[in-house]
Amino acid sequence: MSDLKEFQMEVRAWLEENCPPEMRQPITGDKDLCWGGRNWEFQSPAQKQWLEACVSKGYTVPTWPKEYGGAGFTRKEEIILLKEMKRIGARSPLSSFGIWMLGPALLKFGTEEQKMEHLPPVARGEIRWCQGYSEPGAGSDLASLQTKCEDKGDHFIVNGQKVWTSYADKADWIFCLVRTDNSGKKHHGISFVLFDMETPGVEARPIKLISGRSPFCETFFEDVRVEKHNLVGTRDKGWDVAKYLLTHEREMIGGQAQGVTRPLSEVAAASLGLEDGKLADPMLRAKVAEAEIDEWAFNMTVARKLAEAKAGASLGADSSMLKYYGTEMNKRKYELMMDAAGHEGLEWESDRSEDGKLARSWLRTKGNSIEGGTSEVQLNIISKHILQLPGA
Amino acid sequence: MALVLNEDEVMLRDTAEGFFKDKAPVKELRKLRDERSEDGFDRGLWAEMAEMGFAGIVIDEDHGGVDMGFVAAGLVAEQMGRNLAATPFLSTAILAATAIREGGSAEQKAEWLTKIAGGETIMALALDEGAKHNPAGTATTAEKSGNGFKLNGSKAMVIDGHVADALIVAARTSGEEGDVEGISLFLIDPKTKGVSTERTIMVDAHNSARIELDDVEIDGDALLGDLDKGMETLNKVLSAGRGIVAAELLGAGSQAFADTVDYIKERKQFGKIIGEFQALQHRASHLYSELENARSAVLVALSALDGGDEKAAMYCAMAKAKLGSVAKLASQEGVQMHGGVGMTDEYDIGLFMKRIRVLQELLGDAHYHLNQFAKAHSF
Repeated sequence: MSDLKEFQMEVRAWLEENCPPEMRQPITGDKDLCWGGRNWEFQSPAQKQWLEACVSKGYTVPTWPKEYGGAGFTRKEEIILLKEMKRIGARSPLSSFGIWMLGPALLKFGTEEQKMEHLPPVARGEIRWCQGYSEPGAGSDLASLQTKCEDKGDHFIVNGQKVWTSYADKADWIFCLVRTDNSGKKHHGISFVLFDMETPGVEARPIKLISGRSPFCETFFEDVRVEKHNLVGTRDKGWDVAKYLLTHEREMIGGQAQGVTRPLSEVAAASLGLEDGKLADPMLRAKVAEAEIDEWAFNMTVARKLAEAKAGASLGADSSMLKYYGTEMNKRKYELMMDAAGHEGLEWESDRSEDGKLARSWLRTKGNSIEGGTSEVQLNIISKHILQLPGA
Repeated sequence: MALVLNEDEVMLRDTAEGFFKDKAPVKELRKLRDERSEDGFDRGLWAEMAEMGFAGIVIDEDHGGVDMGFVAAGLVAEQMGRNLAATPFLSTAILAATAIREGGSAEQKAEWLTKIAGGETIMALALDEGAKHNPAGTATTAEKSGNGFKLNGSKAMVIDGHVADALIVAARTSGEEGDVEGISLFLIDPKTKGVSTERTIMVDAHNSARIELDDVEIDGDALLGDLDKGMETLNKVLSAGRGIVAAELLGAGSQAFADTVDYIKERKQFGKIIGEFQALQHRASHLYSELENARSAVLVALSALDGGDEKAAMYCAMAKAKLGSVAKLASQEGVQMHGGVGMTDEYDIGLFMKRIRVLQELLGDAHYHLNQFAKAHSF
């Protein structure tokens, strides 16, 4: 038996023994995700048990080095683990911006002390992070951000406001872009700092969205003290860190479009019924077929780009292509879902609609092509970096 | 499923790229058109393609082929699309070769596959009859007659029909128009009494023909595959054809796009290079995204064919639908972004638009395949 085969058998046996049956049920919504953090209340004893089991093996962050709470897996080993988890339908033990975003940034730009301080609590699900990027005056034009960070000798003082901070009201720490120098070009003078959300002067106010939910906050900083050892990377060069992270974010948002839901055609057939084996609305039928083929081709592109990246080619600006196309496609899909659902899709408060699950999801998709850089910004990036059009 | 080309495939792609750029650039198509070439293609070029192994690319080595498979064939087709090369690759090396490989007897294979691989014969598939692709709608009949059959009917959109040394004709031996069962395939010499061929030069200056079958008497051994079961063979032929036409569309669409991006980087108006205008940049970037997805669709479809994947036929149909739409968009945006010169015969973009229009229609357009896709998925 090859080493990898043996490894696979070990992983399989461990999962069989340690993944509770409840954690092998499909996720039905956001409420089934485990985000961790100081104030986290586990949905069930099984959720807690599953997280703890994974933490003990480093499986929440399989490819991170062991000293930072990972399992030290190679890419191949990680793929085997994920495959084995998928085989039994195991849920992800931990959802975390710390894992998806801060982790990669610290692993690339952080000092050894910063990694030792921050990565293990992320891996254990003890500290929940949020991302302080956008500001009221700096959305698509992120680099024009103005949150001020002054050098006070042995520490910094931060003043300003962030917006669209995901789950800031629930997060323990924030990784935040601030301005340490305002004298040069806008991309210069940005720094990447970390601080505790319980620091005096920090306030997070949830924003109520058109979906009725409040996953984002406005976040205010008034004379917030930040220790100097919490500056990541080089001072004034935080844009490099930010860009690196945005690439990760784009892939994540583009990737989210992939089907966890039932195929559109099934939803439409259930809602509209069939006539002679064909969807009762022939106009919608054609659009549904087209949308499903487009989704297939896009999913194959995601797989192809990842395969190319694994073979050594850099994904580069193609992450913008995936983000642009994936989010626009997702919006189109939910418009068709609403068309198919008809009156029933409009119910907002009813058991039948699970309190407007479809309508709220439809409204939520409208943000996909805005957050993480609007579609228009992604098209600008493709124009500039891939097509190399002048003045882009 | 391989989503990245292997070393052999990369080598083949580079070889094919150089070959067609050198031997069959767009100006060769113009020459064929303007000199009113009787064959509609260059026999010398086809002989060279056979020497390169392209004619036998899906034929096994025992029959003189190189057996590289459909991903490889797609790489050749893509380069043909980029250069608008007029060759019998689709009619002979893909459609006919697949029909004989899948349906032929040992004798038929020995006779025809070796000739195809050697570039010694041109063959054409005579399937479509009406204005639109509709295999089950085959109305041409083949009645039993003595030891053989007697054929009657009209065929249209027979690619390379007027230069073919042999025709593969789909005709109804039982059942009614619309039935999937009851269709049979026949290998027919076009010089047989009762066969009349009308060359129909198409909008893209590539070959096509109409063929009338009037009491055409043929021997029983002209049957290709089992009686009444022609659709089984035909489905494999059509999947291969759709996958390869999709690959050619990918080439044509990609080149139309590349020419367009080059043009908007040069053309100046209002004191600016027009590529600086965001109205054009965003449309070009959208098209880039679509072409990337189109490329994935073609690669997945063709590698499914090579892998004998049970979904291969479906993927080829999906790829044909996707490429039909994307290449059309590339040609339309191409002409529009070229502005006035896009309407002139001098610029190549119009030739791309014409070729793409034909390939879109061939073996089922996007609407046809969307409908088939929906049917296959019970909606």
